[in-house]
Amino acid sequence: MTIMKKMLTTVAAASMILGAGLAEANTLKFAFQGDAQSLDPHGLNETFTLGFLSNVYEGLTMLDENIKVIPGLATSWEVTSPTTIVFKLREGVKFHNGNSFNADDVIFSWKRTLSEGSDQKVRGGMVVDIKKIDDLTVEVHTDGPQPLMPSEWAWIYMMDKEWSEENGAGSAANVKEESANGYSLNHANGTGPFEVVSRQPDVKTVFKRSENHWNENIISNVTDVIFTPVKQAATRTAALISGELDMVYPIPVQDWSRLDSEDGVSALKGAEARTIFLGMDQFRDELLYSNVKGKNPLKDVRVRLAMAHALDLEVIKKKIMRGAATPTGLMIAPQVNGFNPEYNTPYTYDPELSRKLLAEAGYPDGFEITIDCPNNRYVNDEKICIAAASMMAKIGIKMKVLAQPKAKYFAKVLAQNNYDTSMYLLGWTPGSMDVHNVLGSLIACQNAEKNVGLFNLGNYCNARVDELTDLIQVETDADKRQAYVDEAMQIVKDEVGYLPIHQQPLSWGVSDKITVNQRADNAFDFRYVVFK
Amino acid sequence: MFSFLIKRLLQSFMVLLSVAFIAFALFKFVGDPINNMVGQDTTLVEREALAERLGLNDPFPIQFFNFIKGAAVGDFGLSYRHKVPVSQLIAERAPATLELSIISALLSVFIGIPMGVYTAIRRKGFLSRSFMTVSLVGISLPTFLIGILFIFLFGVILRWLPTFGRGEVVQIGFWSTGLLTWSGIKSLILPAVTLALFQMTLIMRLVRTEMLEVLTTDYIKFARARGLKENAVNFGHALKNTLIPVITIIGLQLGLVMAFAIITETVFQWPGMGMLFIQAIEEVDVPVMAAYLMMISVVFVAINLAVDILYAFVDPRLTIDGGSKHG
Repeated sequence: MTIMKKMLTTVAAASMILGAGLAEANTLKFAFQGDAQSLDPHGLNETFTLGFLSNVYEGLTMLDENIKVIPGLATSWEVTSPTTIVFKLREGVKFHNGNSFNADDVIFSWKRTLSEGSDQKVRGGMVVDIKKIDDLTVEVHTDGPQPLMPSEWAWIYMMDKEWSEENGAGSAANVKEESANGYSLNHANGTGPFEVVSRQPDVKTVFKRSENHWNENIISNVTDVIFTPVKQAATRTAALISGELDMVYPIPVQDWSRLDSEDGVSALKGAEARTIFLGMDQFRDELLYSNVKGKNPLKDVRVRLAMAHALDLEVIKKKIMRGAATPTGLMIAPQVNGFNPEYNTPYTYDPELSRKLLAEAGYPDGFEITIDCPNNRYVNDEKICIAAASMMAKIGIKMKVLAQPKAKYFAKVLAQNNYDTSMYLLGWTPGSMDVHNVLGSLIACQNAEKNVGLFNLGNYCNARVDELTDLIQVETDADKRQAYVDEAMQIVKDEVGYLPIHQQPLSWGVSDKITVNQRADNAFDFRYVVFK
Repeated sequence: MFSFLIKRLLQSFMVLLSVAFIAFALFKFVGDPINNMVGQDTTLVEREALAERLGLNDPFPIQFFNFIKGAAVGDFGLSYRHKVPVSQLIAERAPATLELSIISALLSVFIGIPMGVYTAIRRKGFLSRSFMTVSLVGISLPTFLIGILFIFLFGVILRWLPTFGRGEVVQIGFWSTGLLTWSGIKSLILPAVTLALFQMTLIMRLVRTEMLEVLTTDYIKFARARGLKENAVNFGHALKNTLIPVITIIGLQLGLVMAFAIITETVFQWPGMGMLFIQAIEEVDVPVMAAYLMMISVVFVAINLAVDILYAFVDPRLTIDGGSKHG
């Protein structure tokens, strides 16, 4: 009997070892609706591409699972003067080709972000010079005080100088000259925990786990990754349910119940750090798309307030977002640095008050206006506009919805086309996860020279808010800074600069075989994928 | 004959030129390419500089002239999105589309013709009636719906076949083929059948109608009267004469199969040229769109030109007409 028992335990132990051995080859297969633009780490400053590449490349700083800035290839940094930051680099970091990471690579990568094809010039341009103190120390000189530089640079990925120069990738890939593009589009040599094995753009990218990554505490037990872009939502969902893929995103919110009713898969819903809002033309003397002539009703704060009180955010949440959105009163999400819940209460739903305000402003019968809306950019974007239009109808404002694919929508409403819109729906995630990005891009007055207010399509403009935006950029004392933020947010709210709607939901489809970390900026970090 | 050829070639050239012109004029309305090429934090100055570098600020005639100049020597520039030559992208993707289209064409011919013959000979049979009913589905349901139904049935419920992609491919020189691996063949089945269905039902109905007509002609009656065997009459005499118009149609339909492939490729995430084109529209990748449209129109023009020339050989009157006009 005891022998029998012993044998059984041996068999069990053996099978466990065998099981562990088998489990070691964990291939993660996942799909997104599109592909990363290229593997060039400085080619496009866009969340999916950069998030995708964060598995292969790393910056001096990094973002953890809650999008908080943590040390990356630099172990620490210190502000030694208002315009100087000294970074201590991590020792023993190797690129995938075996080269060591050092100060020369930092300087090279920074210069590369300023090359013609780079889309990281804004972040690169925060820095005017980098001095090498020794192999593992660099002194960064910034363009004025830039306390946000370390966190912004989580998105500036470090490349190997030797590898890049050997392979004709010394500058960022460029759309005009073929000769300047080479290797970096479809090949990568980073310091990250995953290496690119092969890639065909829009078809397939294969990764394998890097053997000598500096961080041994990564929880993932994934050994290989196969990524395929799958454009059609129905095809993505089908491939997840049939077990061909382990993770797909995004999943249409309409498919959630379907996924949850299937065995082996579930919908993973979280709040994205993306705020959806309506903007209003507040700078033209006459609206481009309205029946009111000779004046602009949206310049009157009473009209804007009337619109704010006409929107029933709870209905939008319940009927359109299947309960999965977070109605908001602020232009930033809770994950964004500078968020203060005290200011996040939405305008109350009060159509009675709206009608009164409209009458006071001289529009007792309302007016007509057209809202521009994308129909393939945000979660249920067109439906939100239609719902808003029907809510406006209740207070007498006849809102026409012009919904178009994002390529056409953005071509119409953005700066290049002179902000050709009277009202619009837009969504925004600050890349830096800091309130300053939102203030600078969406809320500060349009100023092309200073490069602020570029996405303030309706040009809401308040001098004090501009002043506060500049103060927030350089203030290092957290309490003082928050006071500035609160003041700015209160002004925007009082003046109804925008009509915030909600933070939209993230929507991933995940197989029960794995656990993942759903980051609020929708980046998929393989470091947190664990096969059960 | 020579002047006829010259005339036809000139006409084809004019067709291509006008396709290029119309396509190019349409690109103005697709959207702003710059916005898809840069991130949200990129400055206005940068965006403007990029537009300038790409020549997007040039007047329309200059842009068009530059495009034609490049296209004439097969140079469509770099893809805005992928930053590699468009010709290279198309060469990479062509094998996937060609394999899919050719397999579907073969399927539709080798299943469509026998079904047509069968339904013509056994008009009242139960099987014939079922074929006819099912063919209605093939004709009337849109391709994307059939594709999704197939995915649902064979991919999700039965789990026999993969729901998307091309499986493992083998690279032979410049050609990537999915026909040499088991997963490649399995992946091909659903998209090929989806794409073939419409052509198959079309060919079946065409063959049936032609065959029914031929079967009532005098020489078939005489053949029967001579006491020839039924099979010899049906296949030796009737089918042969049926096939002449059918072959012409099949030839012309081949171009259409490639065009239809766009939808099938999107539903099954088949990495072919159609997928490339759809992606290009979404991202306003003008060079890729232009090259694809030009390529498809070259294919259509070439097929028509070949047909015209063949007719000219068959029917000498065409040559005389063309010849007399020129002198």
